[in-house]
This record gives sequence, structure tokens and C-alpha cells, in this order.
Amino acid sequence: MKRTLFIAVIIVLFVSACGGNQQRSNTPILTIMTHDSFEISAELVANYEAEHNVKLVFIKSGDTGAALNKAILSKNAPLADVFYGVDNTFLSRALEAGIFESYQSPGLALIPEEMRLDPDNYLLPVDYGDVCINYDKEYFIKNQLRVPQSFEDLIKPEYKGLLVMENPATSSPGLAFLLASISHFGDQNYLDYWGELRDNGMVVVGDWSTAYYTNFSASSGHGPQPLIVSYASSPAAEVIYAETKLSDAPTGSIISAGTCFRQIEFAGILKGTGHRQLAEDFVDFLLGVQFQEDVPMQMFVYPVNPQAELPSEFVKYAQLAEQPASLTPSDIARNRDKWITDWVEVVLH
Amino acid sequence: MVQMRRTLPWLGASFFLLLFFFYPLIRILGMGLDWSGLKDGWNQVARLAGMTLWFTFYQAILSTLLTLIAGLPGAYLFAHYDFRGKKLFKSLTAVPFMLPTVVVAAGFNALLGPQGWVNGILMNLFHLDHAPILFMNTLGAILLAHVFYNITIVFRLVGNAWMRLDPQHGQAARMMGAKPWEVYWKVSLPLLRPAIMAAALLVFLFDFTSFGVILLLGGPQFSTLEVEIFIQSVQMLNLPLAALLSIIQILFTLAFSVFYSRVVAKVEVVNKPSSNPMRKVNTWRARLMVAILLILLGSLIILPMVSLPLRSIVRFDPAMGERTLQTASLTLDHYKELFINRNGSLFYVAPIEAVRNSLRYAVLTVLISLVFGFPVASALARPGRLERSLDPFLMLPLGASAVTLGLGYIVSFNQPPLNLLTSPWLVPLAHSTIAMPFVIRSLQPALAAIPDNYREAAAVLGAPPLRAWFAVNWPLVGRATLAAGTFAFTVSLGEFGATSILARPENPTLPLAIYRFLSQPGALNYGQAMAMASLLMLVATVAIMLIERMRLPGSGSF
Repeated sequence: MKRTLFIAVIIVLFVSACGGNQQRSNTPILTIMTHDSFEISAELVANYEAEHNVKLVFIKSGDTGAALNKAILSKNAPLADVFYGVDNTFLSRALEAGIFESYQSPGLALIPEEMRLDPDNYLLPVDYGDVCINYDKEYFIKNQLRVPQSFEDLIKPEYKGLLVMENPATSSPGLAFLLASISHFGDQNYLDYWGELRDNGMVVVGDWSTAYYTNFSASSGHGPQPLIVSYASSPAAEVIYAETKLSDAPTGSIISAGTCFRQIEFAGILKGTGHRQLAEDFVDFLLGVQFQEDVPMQMFVYPVNPQAELPSEFVKYAQLAEQPASLTPSDIARNRDKWITDWVEVVLH
Repeated sequence: MVQMRRTLPWLGASFFLLLFFFYPLIRILGMGLDWSGLKDGWNQVARLAGMTLWFTFYQAILSTLLTLIAGLPGAYLFAHYDFRGKKLFKSLTAVPFMLPTVVVAAGFNALLGPQGWVNGILMNLFHLDHAPILFMNTLGAILLAHVFYNITIVFRLVGNAWMRLDPQHGQAARMMGAKPWEVYWKVSLPLLRPAIMAAALLVFLFDFTSFGVILLLGGPQFSTLEVEIFIQSVQMLNLPLAALLSIIQILFTLAFSVFYSRVVAKVEVVNKPSSNPMRKVNTWRARLMVAILLILLGSLIILPMVSLPLRSIVRFDPAMGERTLQTASLTLDHYKELFINRNGSLFYVAPIEAVRNSLRYAVLTVLISLVFGFPVASALARPGRLERSLDPFLMLPLGASAVTLGLGYIVSFNQPPLNLLTSPWLVPLAHSTIAMPFVIRSLQPALAAIPDNYREAAAVLGAPPLRAWFAVNWPLVGRATLAAGTFAFTVSLGEFGATSILARPENPTLPLAIYRFLSQPGALNYGQAMAMASLLMLVATVAIMLIERMRLPGSGSF
């Protein structure tokens, strides 16, 4: 009896699995490939679909690196029409792989020159955010310690063992922070600095989630380190996603000159798309005010379009670096793997 | 003709594994077979491979030894004693096996992390400023998590063999004056050696190919082959190196599988009910022993699992000042929040949806892997030369990196005639290749144990063949099939690596949904991740218990 019931349950589940969304219609489909962190409001998509008579399908493909690799590996039979989410650390790899088609969107006119890293417009900037050190406000008040302001501060004895960062080999904020240090110290000297930082008890973990929720003292994990490599917008997220209303963010970002690395995210039309016109429309939409105003609350990054207005939580709690560190994409592309390997050698082995 | 009959059962599974395991793997690794990419640093490559291989072996051997040490007393307990709650307890020990590492890492963090229960209580008791136990990101964390994951293998494999051990050997030794410990040391253990070896090898194989535990609990100073393959293929797009490391890992897996199938052949499988009558716990000595063992095993297996649901209903007061247990309060907000799409995000998935996706994929995985695995298992039950030579290859999916396999699917199944990337079957297909070794391994001993003459007897008594099969074989096979199905089910429920690359964003599984919450800052996101993880544990436990109820006593093997 029981067994019959069990088998019946299996069959029902099986049937429900096979059935499903097989609706056919004549609406063309535009496929957008992106990374795990991509978010967009349902309302915006619904409006866009109605307005343009198109169905948008999103494929998420792992983290930034995995998603791009997936696009590169499948370039002979592209899986999508548009790709969203190449950042400036991957920009050159993406361009060298030759998987994009150039598109001079009219929306580009508004976008600041320093964001437009690809002069040929194979990849167009859409959003940006700073990777900065976050600090636990309470810890520094309680211990009457000055919040460190520079790379050099971090190797002082009073900050021994206070910083947690992510492994640049497995995490994009980790890599961004490594790049900031290279921009500051130069290709020749950065490794000496990392040796000193290691000796000063810096903690390295594999990914952002572990760093934030296990090691960082101001998150729900209440870990041992009051300094963490995270995003400049994280304090705003702490307020928005608080369990009970907070009057102030429990964390802050260190945004002094040269300590943050600016990640710019790009989108592009994938080579071989059968929907060039639809893809162009969608890229225009990505640069337009509507989508650009949706970006901050969905993905905790900043819009590249200066006409987009920021939500109040962002204005109040998120910070932007005034002088973020910078490296050219071609520099990054040429040395990226070597920098990471050398860093791992010095810090982890 | 005989040849035909022998090869027929292999057709389905061979076809399946060739198409959905070997083909994508060869495609993706083949892209790396451009050795010029390696030329610039053979020395460096050899050093990296050597170092990684050394650590992979080191942690796997240590983990296996610890798992045996912790598991053998439990196997003894389950094999010899009957006590209240035994069934529930035994079911619970199997739950870790199917939990994704994201959840296990969160569980250990909630228990032993800097602000976990243990540290919290210690800090409160002794008025400490800092957490006294630093556990996360140590070798100890890796080892403990491996024991936590795999101890159930020892319970089951060794426990079952122990239960069926002929008590007369021991009685004879006692009569000749051996002390009880001598009986265990000199009689029982040597007789159990094949079973212990089989369990050890299987545990070793899992530890050898460990990925999530190393990455999430061990931290970046530790790197196994599987982790390095992930870094090289996904982060660096260094396919030549990834291919080289994958080949090394697969060769080792193959070697261990050959060894394993040799050992398993020696484990005597007799499907008689236990020859040792279960003892009741009625003397104070037995009571004390059972209690101590249960407490030890409970704290090892149950505590990390219980601390998660506990954490999911606790909120720490956000007010500035000490965050201690005094500022904690109970709340259901995290669960309520799961049902709210705060940002109006397109990718918001209601928890019930994620549960449904997970269950649906799991059920499809069970069906696919049973359909293809069953014939092979029955062929293996009466092994000939063909079976013995093909046997080790069935274990290979255990040795392949799931992420690499996922990328292999992308390059292999993206155009007609096999354009599967949008198909709802893609994820279950990938899960099935990973589940296949479990399914075959758990079916094989039960099928081997069915004596042909039972059915013949039924036929002689006048039953038509089909009826004879249903009356005689089904009661025995049916339960073994369920047990095999459980494995497929659990593998699918907890799989993360391949799923994260293959699943569609509108159909995330539970592990993916958990990961999504954990990748954003904010107390509410963390709380929701805990709530979702508790949900996964609940689903897993219920599934295990349902299926455990239908198991044939004593037929449970791998």
C-alpha cells in the first residue's frame, strides 16, 4: 500500500516534470547570457517585452569568469544574442577571443569617456562599482583605533591580523584588490608589500561569502576580522537588508585615494546572433535611464549613465572612491595569470 | 548467442556514459590538448601538479583514517544493539551525505565559527572577548567535514558485514579463553577486513576528489587536484593545465576503482537476515556504552546539522555594543522573508518553487540512472570476464570534476542534433552520470543475492514466469531498487558544481538558491540562506526516512 503510494507520487512528479512550459508563439526570443549576480526587476522586463514584442530569456552561467569562459567555449554555436557582465579584468580576454560584434549605440554619447575602455565598441560599459576595504565601525570605536587609510597603514603592527581578503585566483574582489596594489606599488615592488602584509597576519579565504559571513566582524557571522575586502556599496546593502531597521550602516568603506579598484561591467552583442536588430535595441535599453536606475537596488552597483538618479539609500550609505586605482585592460590581460600565480606563491605557499 | 546476452545489458549504460560522460569530458579536455600552451613552464607545471597531488593524498589518507576510527564504534553499535530511536538516528547519519558543501560550511560556521554556538557559549561562560576556538579555514575543518560527510559509509558497509558475521567464531575463541577485546581484535576485525577495506577505499575516493569542502572550509592555502582543475579551467581558462590535471585525477580514480572492485569481490554477500541476534540495551554497562557512543556520534553528526535550523530562527540585536547570546532573540522573519520578492527581481524564486525544482530534477535523476543502471547491475551480479574488466570504468564519474563536466556539456550539447542546453533534462542527465556509480554499486549485491532456484521453484509449482518474477524477485529487488534510487536522489539534491553552470536561472535548485543569498551582504540575506538550508535538510531527511523504511534489513550496501 505504502509502496503503491510512493510509486504514485513518483509518477505524478515525473509527469509534472515532463509537462511544463512548452507554449509556442510567434514572439521572437532574445537570449541574454550573464553571470550569477545579474538581477533585474520583473516589471521592467515585462514592460520591455510588451513594448518591443519580444521574449527575453536570461541564461546565468556561473560567476563572471565561468560565464565568460562558457561564452568563449561555445563561440562556434553561440548560446545567446547578448552577453552581459564582462568586467575590466576580463575585458581583453573577451576581446581577444573575438566573440563580440561591434555596435555604436546612440546611448554611448552620454557615457563618460573613462568608462569606455573599448574604443571599437565591441563591449559597451553598463555599470561600475568599487572594490574597497570595508571596516567594522563598532570595532574601531571600541578599540579607539584609527581606521587605516592606505596600503602602508595595513602593514602597521596595530592592524596585525585585522584584514581578511579573498584569494585572487578564485574570487573577483580578491583579484581587484590585488590589482589595486599593483597599480599603487608597481609591477616590481608589489610582491614585497604582500610578503609584509602576510607577515602582518592577513587572512586569506577562498570566496567573498566566506570572507564576509565567516570572517568579517560586522556581518551576521561576527567573525574575527574587522577589515574586509568587499564592495564600496556593501554598507548600503547592510542597511537595506537589515533584520530590524537601522539608523546607520554598521560598516563603512575606506575610499582613500588608490586603495579601491573600480570594476566596470560591459555588455556586447555576441557574434553570430540571428537577431541583430533586437540585440541592438536591448543594448540601447541597457544604457537607457530606466534600466540604469534599476541597477543600483538590484545589483548594488552604479549606473554609467549620469542621467540616472540614485536611490536614497545609495546616496546616504554607499560610497564611491574619488581616485580609484587603475590599470589598463591590456596590462591586466598580459600579466593577469602571472600576477595571480606569483601572489599565490608569495602569500599562500 | 551467449555473447549477445552478455553484452546486451551493457548497451544502455555504455551508450549513456559514453554520450553524457566521456564525450563531453573528452571534448572539453581535448580543447586543452594543445601542449604548446604548457611549454613555457614545464617545471612550474610539474611543481604545481606535484604539490597539489601530495596534498590531495595527504588530506585524503588522514580523512580516511579518521573516518574509520570514528565510524567503527558506530558500525559496531548499529550491528549489535537495538535501542529506541535507532532507525531515526541511522537515517539522520545518512543526511550529511546529500548536503551540498555550501550548507555544510554554513552549518559548521553556525556551530564552530567565531560567533557559532560553541564559541558563543564559551565566551559567555568565561567572559572572553575573543572566540577561543578558531576552526574555520584550517586543516582540522577539512578533516572534520570529511568525517561528517562519509562516516555513514563506514556505518553501512562495515555495520552490515558485522551484523552478518557468524557469532560461532567469537564464541569458540571465548571458550578457548580469549578475553572479549581479544575476540574483537583477533577474530572479528580480521574477518571484517574486506568490508573495512571496501569502506576505506570508497571514503578515500570521495576525499581524494573533494572540492567544496576544501574550497569553502579549508580556504585557499589548501588545494586539491579538483580545486586546482576548477581554478585553471574556470578562472584562468588555462585548459591545457586543467586537462593535464584532470587526466592525472582520472588515472588515479581508475586505479583506485580497480582496487576497489577487487576488494568488493571478497566481501561475502549473503542475503540472510542477521545471524547475530540484536542485543537489547538492558545492563548498565551496555547502557553506558550506548549512551557514550550516541553522544559522541550525535555531537559529530547531529550538532552541525541542528545548529543551522537554530541559527535560522535567531536574530542578534543590531544595537551597537556586545553581540552576545543575551542580545539574541527568536524570530521567524527569515522564513517569512523567503516568500517576499523585495526588489521585484525577475529571478526571485519562491522557496516552494526551488523545492519543486530540486525534487523534479532528483526524481528524473532517479529514473534515468535506474533505467540505465539496473541492467548493468544485474549483469555485474553474475560477473564474467567482460563484467570484471568494465567494472572499474563505472566508477570514473566519481573522479571527474563536476565543473569541468558542466563546461563539457556546454561545448558538446549546444547544437543540433543534440541541442540540450535549454532542455529540462540537461541537469538530470548530468546528475545521472554522477549518480550512476552509486546506483550500480548498491543494486549489485542485492541482485547477486537472489538465488535462481527460488524462481525455479515457483515455476515448478506452476507460476507463470512474470508472476514468478514478481512474487519472488520483486520483494527482494524492489527494496534494493529503492535504496539505489535513494542514492541517485540524494546525489541530485545536493549537487552544486555542474548545476551552477547548467541550471536555468528561472529554475534554480535549493543549493543554488542558498548560494544566491550567501553572495549578498546583509543580515537578512544570511538569515534567509540559513532558512533555505534548513528547508533542504528537512526535505533530505524526510526523503531518507521514507526510503529507509522500505529497505530490506541487511541488504543495504554500496
